Amino acid sequence: MKLSNDELNILAILEENHRVSTEAMAMQLNMTEDNVQKTIKKLEDNKIIVSYPTLIDWNQIEGKETVVAMIDVKVTPQRGVGFDEIAERIYRYPEVNSVYLMSGTYDLSVTLEGKTLQEVSKFVSNKLSTIDNVISTTTHFMLKRYKHDGVIIEGNDEDDKRMVVTP
Amino acid sequence: MSMDYEQYLSKTAIDLKPSGIRKFFDLAASMEGVVSLGVGEPDFVTPWNIRDEAINALQDGYTSYTANAGLLELRQEISNYVQRRFNVHYDPENQIIVTVGASQSIDLAFRAIVNPGDEVLIVEPAFVSYASLVILAGGVPVSISTYSENGFKVTPDQIEAAITDKTKAILICTPNNPTGTCLNKEELTEIAKVIQKHDLICITDEIYAELSYDDGFTSMASIPGMYERTILINGFSKGFAMTGWRLGFLSAPKEMVGLMVKIYQYTTMCAPHMLQRAAIEALQNSTDQVEHMRESYWRRRNYMVQALNNIGLDCHIPGGAFYVFPSIKHTGLTSEEFASQLLQQEKVAVVPGNAFGESGEGYIRCSYATSIEQLQEAMKRMERFIDSLK
Ligand SMILES: Cc1ncc(COP(=O)(O)O)c(C=O)c1O
Repeated sequence: MKLSNDELNILAILEENHRVSTEAMAMQLNMTEDNVQKTIKKLEDNKIIVSYPTLIDWNQIEGKETVVAMIDVKVTPQRGVGFDEIAERIYRYPEVNSVYLMSGTYDLSVTLEGKTLQEVSKFVSNKLSTIDNVISTTTHFMLKRYKHDGVIIEGNDEDDKRMVVTP
Repeated sequence: MSMDYEQYLSKTAIDLKPSGIRKFFDLAASMEGVVSLGVGEPDFVTPWNIRDEAINALQDGYTSYTANAGLLELRQEISNYVQRRFNVHYDPENQIIVTVGASQSIDLAFRAIVNPGDEVLIVEPAFVSYASLVILAGGVPVSISTYSENGFKVTPDQIEAAITDKTKAILICTPNNPTGTCLNKEELTEIAKVIQKHDLICITDEIYAELSYDDGFTSMASIPGMYERTILINGFSKGFAMTGWRLGFLSAPKEMVGLMVKIYQYTTMCAPHMLQRAAIEALQNSTDQVEHMRESYWRRRNYMVQALNNIGLDCHIPGGAFYVFPSIKHTGLTSEEFASQLLQQEKVAVVPGNAFGESGEGYIRCSYATSIEQLQEAMKRMERFIDSLK
């Protein structure tokens, strides 16, 4: 799909900060506010803008800590539907955060979020490994998140270190 | 024993005009909760690939002096860059010097061409340091005022009128600080004719060249007949978000550069070695990031121009840099009154236009090198301030 300059510019703004008002966007791009809203709607309808996720660091909140695991899953693809049907059986579980089909030594990369190690392990042994066609799983627990979807979690590049007035 | 220092200190230095920005800085720095439109530098931190190269350079022990003019490898990259971006060729062997900021390039240029009493034309409103540097080099700065009616563009007639038999050179800055005005190819060509007719040197400060938004950018050095009489100044501060690194460069005919290298070896020796290594990376691998920053400034410029016009502060559309220079004349306040009352009442810092020369009176410089949220907040406060004046 080929996008117009206005559409690309709107994406650039939203990718940086999706809470900018449509008014401010319109002023930045010399568009009317109405036109901005229509363009965003079109981008959403076409699934170019898929969603506006909020990145929450649950581990900072007492009682809300989570455990994240990345699981390499090997499967035997099924006749006719390949990997898609097995992937669906996995991604339908709400505790599954993401599922990707990968090239290389395993097939599906599954990210899972649970409250405890036990909870995650139980899901892997009771749910994931028992799906027909799943040959093996390798579970990696995430120890620390440094950067997520382009956002540095603990960086301090964001602080303004400039003086208030300079030539 | 108490000393009367006045009698020991340089009269020339004492007589230099105090910077109008300094005064404002002290005031704003003492306050909390200030939203600043007063910052003359990028709000981006230097791209990581460049920072990483500086770390590598330190780890690899690049801590010695370099050639006075800078690392040949860097000068080669500068030569490639200037060729690629501005379509002019300079020999890395003898036509380029890497300096401590563009600031030092400007200083070197004046020192190399000014004889006592020589006049240097400065198009105002202008960056604060030019006039003082001319004086320190023993010359006489002569200002040419430009006005908003003409988009702050200097005309050939104005230059013609300012020329005397003492005139040695003219300094042009495009895109301009504080007005953001960009001179296009036709305008530069017209100016070049006067410069050639009167056999002047042109010092062109193109530090904001990467931040040109509308018609692209033309370098004065690329205008026919100008190469041999132009000292081209550029650097890393603005386009590459590297102000604190203090790295700039100049390029000029080799006869001039030779003399400048002689001065430079006595005053400075060379720019910092490890930073020069990182600058090579900046020129080789930062095109996308420079583009990304340019687009971001371009959007904010559009926002600011509309927002200022909406609250009744008229401004022309600046073609480059990250400044807008709206008129505040209708408020009846002077630039300084406006800026200091705005700071006190609403805690928004702007720079009074007269800090950039007499013709800046009646204007304020608003830098939009800050987040869109901060810009929105600043505009809200400024609107309230303007309403309070009615
Ligand atoms: C027009 C102009 N020239 C030169 C400079 C100095 O740049 P540098 O940081 O490279 O010394 C500035 C910085 O504000 C500027 O605005």
